[in-house]
Amino acid sequence: MHKMIALEAAAALIPDGASLLIGGFMGIGTPHRLVGELVRQGRRNLTIIANDTARPGLGIGRLIDAGAVARLVTSHIGTNPLTQQQVLAGAIALELCPQGTLAERIRAAGSGLGGVLTPTGLGTTVAQGKRTLEIDGTAWLLDLPLSADFALVAAHRADYRCNLDYAMTARNFNPVMAMAGRTVIAEAAEIVPVGVIPPDAVITPGALVDHLVRRDAGHGS
Amino acid sequence: MEAKELIARRIARELPDGALVNLGIGLPTLVSQYLPPGLDISFQTENGLIGVEPLPEEGAEDEYLSDAGGRFIGAVPGAASFDSCFSFGLIRGGHLDVTVLGGLQVDERGQLANWMVPGRMIPGMGGAMDLATGARRVIVAMTHAARGEAKIVRRCTLPLTSLRRVDLVVTDMAVIQPTAHGLELRERAPGVSVEAIVAATEARLIVGAQVPEMALAG
Repeated sequence: MHKMIALEAAAALIPDGASLLIGGFMGIGTPHRLVGELVRQGRRNLTIIANDTARPGLGIGRLIDAGAVARLVTSHIGTNPLTQQQVLAGAIALELCPQGTLAERIRAAGSGLGGVLTPTGLGTTVAQGKRTLEIDGTAWLLDLPLSADFALVAAHRADYRCNLDYAMTARNFNPVMAMAGRTVIAEAAEIVPVGVIPPDAVITPGALVDHLVRRDAGHGS
Repeated sequence: MEAKELIARRIARELPDGALVNLGIGLPTLVSQYLPPGLDISFQTENGLIGVEPLPEEGAEDEYLSDAGGRFIGAVPGAASFDSCFSFGLIRGGHLDVTVLGGLQVDERGQLANWMVPGRMIPGMGGAMDLATGARRVIVAMTHAARGEAKIVRRCTLPLTSLRRVDLVVTDMAVIQPTAHGLELRERAPGVSVEAIVAATEARLIVGAQVPEMALAG
């Protein structure tokens, strides 16, 4: 099955109001071309699930700059004053989630689990409205799975079967998000022949990827 | 000596040989600059690496390699990279020996608040809640007071990072150990009197007969 798709066509799959898991950590490992194309096409009213919103002009921050985000589930917005402004102005509905819990909620959604029992956040404000379960005398906070219409992931290399690998800290949330999007669009810095990424080095099997776009060389930030 | 350097030099003495350590963004990051020679310590960054090396030379940055603050870093020979789920498994699962976190407030129960000031600042908790909950040892690095306001307080007024009691608080005035009985004053900064520390602290401090001066690394 041929999964390569033009950038414009990939972004056009995503309607206004869609929910998106977007990989990356402060712009490192974010699918920059897909994000830029969503901005160019003027997408609106998006729900974004991502670790952070980077900075104005960088990574997911470009969607914030464009006013494209209506709802945001994230662990940190301290590096993006525009995100904070839009949250305080009521333009973005914000849910802050501890980073490890965010990762596990996404993993639960992608792995067919009903939730996550974590000690993180117990007794703090993030526990408000959540159930606490006591199991054999230990209290746990129940956090629920988090999936989305689309996952936009950035890979280092993809082969023609869409097997993906990642580079250094650009891996971050990408592999777990590739499990949890109903449609998965991967953006790879390099596209290589089958076999160049040995089976043992594949992090995201191509079976999970629906569409693949290539990231232009030198389009790092 | 600047307050931040003093705090970092004191905390550098707390890291045992062979430890796996996560340093929070900001002041805690400075600790790695003052490690006593001969120690083999691995630094984790929660965005997915064990084996953090301080900032590379200009021009040597790798666009795929940053710390949790988004600053470019290097990786030592023998480093290992992994995804966010694995990274927080390390943190929550008891595999991380020490974390050093910044603080806004610590109270008499030893509880830490460090992620938001309602109505004023909403940066979010990032990885701090997982680190404060899961690391085997939590060390707080912060100035003793901010703009004349005590940060070591009877009861935190800011939202808590975790219910867990932190293990040690190091400020530019003192080393304080939270215990089941309260906050014990262990050490004072060079030239700082016990009276000055007590005056700058809202919380009750348990003060022994002897409060030695801090010894600093580097």
